[in-house]
Amino acid sequence: MISIKDINKIFGENHVLRDVSFNFESGKTNLIIGESGSGKTTLLKVMIGLYESDSGVVKYDERNFTEMNFKQRKVLQKEIGMLFQGGALFDYMSTEENIMFPLNMFSEKSHEESLERVNFCLKRVNLENTNSLLPSELSGGMKKRVAIARAIALNPKYLLCDEPNSGLDPKTSILIDNLIQEITQEYNITTIVNSHDMNSVMEIGDNIAFIHKGQLWWSGNKDDLISYENKELNDFVFASKLFKKLRQKSN
Amino acid sequence: MFTILRNIGQYFMMLRRVFSLPEKKGIFLKQIILEIEKVGLNSLGIVAIISLFVGAVVTIQATLNLFNPLLPKYLIGLATRDSLILEFSPTMIALILAGKVGSNIASEIGSMRVTEQIDALEIMGVNSVNFLILPKIIAAMFFFPFLVIISMGIGMLGGWLGSISVDVTTADFLEGLRHDFIPFYVIYALTKTVVFAFIITSVSSYYGYFTKGGALEVGVSSTKAVVYSSVVILIFNFIITQLLLA
Repeated sequence: MISIKDINKIFGENHVLRDVSFNFESGKTNLIIGESGSGKTTLLKVMIGLYESDSGVVKYDERNFTEMNFKQRKVLQKEIGMLFQGGALFDYMSTEENIMFPLNMFSEKSHEESLERVNFCLKRVNLENTNSLLPSELSGGMKKRVAIARAIALNPKYLLCDEPNSGLDPKTSILIDNLIQEITQEYNITTIVNSHDMNSVMEIGDNIAFIHKGQLWWSGNKDDLISYENKELNDFVFASKLFKKLRQKSN
Repeated sequence: MFTILRNIGQYFMMLRRVFSLPEKKGIFLKQIILEIEKVGLNSLGIVAIISLFVGAVVTIQATLNLFNPLLPKYLIGLATRDSLILEFSPTMIALILAGKVGSNIASEIGSMRVTEQIDALEIMGVNSVNFLILPKIIAAMFFFPFLVIISMGIGMLGGWLGSISVDVTTADFLEGLRHDFIPFYVIYALTKTVVFAFIITSVSSYYGYFTKGGALEVGVSSTKAVVYSSVVILIFNFIITQLLLA
């Protein structure tokens, strides 16, 4: 479980996060949702140590990440798999080398064992036989899947995904969502997905936190999300005509 | 003024993280070899071409300036040799490498920054500064002296070709190359080269690593890397010359 308490983050005069507290449960796909600019990515970056919060506490299974020094954080970060918005694959490495990189850096596996693990991870994301391809030769969806394979290579305890569906077509988005959910349940890891895609929310949202103007506005599951009456939340959830129609029908 | 001081402070804080023990020695050595190819071997062509032509031009200009029946012709070879060893090969080549290698390093690291590849390294638990920058610094400090020695040799070859075109005999030119040779000049040149190699790689890496924004900012970082490393090279050229030759 990852818990955050009273997180505040200020950039200059811009108070991006205001006293955000939430528990991200293990074995579940936890979603942080909200409009663009609401502070979702900042929150995720604070949680993984890319930004320092101005106040508040981040705990990974009762281990206080906020109070850790540089070396202690590096040790804990090895337990985190991260999927970045653009994939963040290393340009000069092939698919195989990208996935093998964390294995070579942090495990004592032989080359054969690492290769076996790489092939397993590629199979898990349905990308067999793409070992020699460079990131520039992959489509957007394939890049995301390779990034997932790299993120799970070291069997992480925590998987954090920053807008995994951005720039993808609806079919590939569902594929990525399902993959993230399957991996979460299969390995019983704590997964946090940062998204503003309502399709994703309805697909995989076990435990949802809605961030509005840097504040935790609402939390619950996907069923509550539809029925809860709140202007800001409803404006976000029913922004698209499709969801509006669905609501009218259900009413 | 505040920006300059902040940059200097941030640069030294970055260096503190650069000089730490690498995570895996095997991977680190592999990175160094890759960097030797990228920052060193790939610069061989441009260094050779520039040295050849500058050597020839220096000889022709020296001939014009030393055109006096009272002066022995071997002085042309001597002037070419000393110009190449003392200034052209270490300093001019360093400025050229600041343009070629420096902009390459800044844009490579800058692109990694804006595409979140550096963040990905950090999240994996890798000391990204150490992993990305230290191999470049070591590779450059190791290989640039070889480039400068090659530049000296090719420059002198170019000088010989230039001497033929201005009717200086090969014997006179070679006599000049050998006359009153001071080996310390080579040590001085190589000392400068090692310092310049450090400046080029570390300053360019700094501007690349702290790039903020997108593709446009990568270009800005790349330009800054070349400008500032060139300025620092010229300042240190003066300091080292003052210390070793004055």
